[in-house]
Amino acid sequence: MSLITAENMSVRFGGDTVLRDVDFTIEPGEIVTVVGPNGSGKSTLLRALLGVRPPSAGHVRRLPGLTIGYMPQRLTLDGRMPLTVRRFLSLPVRRAPRDVAGALERVGVPGVEEQQMDALSGGQFQRVLLARALLAHPQILIMDEPTQGLDQPGTAAFYRLIEEVRQETGCAILMVSHDLHVVMSASDRVICLNGHVCCQGTPTVVSNAPEYRALFGLGTGGAFALYQHAHDHAHDNCDHDHGEDHAGQGHAG
Amino acid sequence: MTIAIMITAKITRGRAMLDDFLTRAALAGLGVALAAGPLGCFVVWRRMAYFGEATSHAAILGVALALAFSVNIFVGTLVVALLMALTVSALAGRGLAMDTTLGVLAHAALAFGLVGVSFLQGVRVDLTAYLFGDILAVSRSDLGFIWGGALAVLALLAWRWSALLTSTLNEELAHASGIDTGRERMVLTLALALVVAVAIKVVGALLIVAMLIIPAAAARGPSRTPEGMAVLAVVVGAVSALGGLWASLSYDTPAGPSIVAVSALIFAGMLVLPRRS
Repeated sequence: MSLITAENMSVRFGGDTVLRDVDFTIEPGEIVTVVGPNGSGKSTLLRALLGVRPPSAGHVRRLPGLTIGYMPQRLTLDGRMPLTVRRFLSLPVRRAPRDVAGALERVGVPGVEEQQMDALSGGQFQRVLLARALLAHPQILIMDEPTQGLDQPGTAAFYRLIEEVRQETGCAILMVSHDLHVVMSASDRVICLNGHVCCQGTPTVVSNAPEYRALFGLGTGGAFALYQHAHDHAHDNCDHDHGEDHAGQGHAG
Repeated sequence: MTIAIMITAKITRGRAMLDDFLTRAALAGLGVALAAGPLGCFVVWRRMAYFGEATSHAAILGVALALAFSVNIFVGTLVVALLMALTVSALAGRGLAMDTTLGVLAHAALAFGLVGVSFLQGVRVDLTAYLFGDILAVSRSDLGFIWGGALAVLALLAWRWSALLTSTLNEELAHASGIDTGRERMVLTLALALVVAVAIKVVGALLIVAMLIIPAAAARGPSRTPEGMAVLAVVVGAVSALGGLWASLSYDTPAGPSIVAVSALIFAGMLVLPRRS
């Protein structure tokens, strides 16, 4: 049975329809990456699937009792709220110190319990968010642009970590990325969103060919893959380039 | 027998203590500090200062209506403050440009309240008591309302604490953990209306937001956790209340503004301390 299903879902914000007729489903253990340009409704899709924003038409169904591990893009902190990593990991459910230490160890940032959340580096912050999500023993991990602000080796390391976590726990993974072409190589499915589902399919795993090496650098350990868009329709107001020869420019978005 | 006499003596002494206007004033100030500390932290964390202004200014309209219809002033301010807070909350949910809307609502409520009071015939109302507070005139029944309201706010916040913190950090994160962020927002709305009704007699409608924000802001620097900040905010508020009361007696200054002035001095002093990380 699917973990989350959306049928014919439309979401309106103010007077604008941000998402139109979206059909979406994710199965247990599946890794799905959603790509799309800025303003394409990626975050709105996540909000609708989480139940933050009810759809204006269609349905969203979550498996009853579904445990979700969510990694937000950012937290409302900017120094106003003092918050140690230990306290953050116990929100809203109190966790035992041993579980907290174990989760931090697993994601590669052992011993940061007493640090302030807003004193962490970008990479540490992402890993702490992941540790919190994992403490819930989720059936599905939902991540909103988890590699934003990370450099390429950092992103590759994070993707490998996510892959390991999936292998260990068997949880499904739903990830949103602003990068149109370069995605996590372990993705089972890539969905291109632009107000509606433009196209979806499997990514092409990056080979060891020199031209890809040049593109992705060395030592990223095959964490990246390319998604080649296969659109069967034209957009009037399309602001992203579907050309395959622009594979390397995704980061600019 | 001796114990019974001792207890009776103690109770009599306690009653006598409450007869002293100064003791009542101090207890009123402490009651407000107790509720305003933790709620003020949420006002700071969620940038609700203007929301607080709108709610507290509406309390003046509540005073006018309570006097016009001969209702208890605590009840009148609570109802109108709650209505204003609910209105603002509903508008925020619809995504309107909030600071303009709040600015209009806050000052419209204040203006209509002031105009409304001037229409009241046969009642000579000293409005400054409601604008700037009249802590030295707090009665026994006022004290009952203040402490009842303050303890209700504390209980409400303690009950929802984890859910409130999580929805303050990130709405989606809270939803993923099964928290209804709309309901938590209602909890804060209700708490804010209660604090406004509790504090109007102590610091006045114009300075209630100061008692929410300044102790919380002063408590930010030395705190490591949200709970630590909330507790320290209560301490700062309590010291401000007692210090302001003392200053008011010593220098014959207005009590409400003196309390806020002391808290501002504490805030300035905290800025000098290095921030712990």
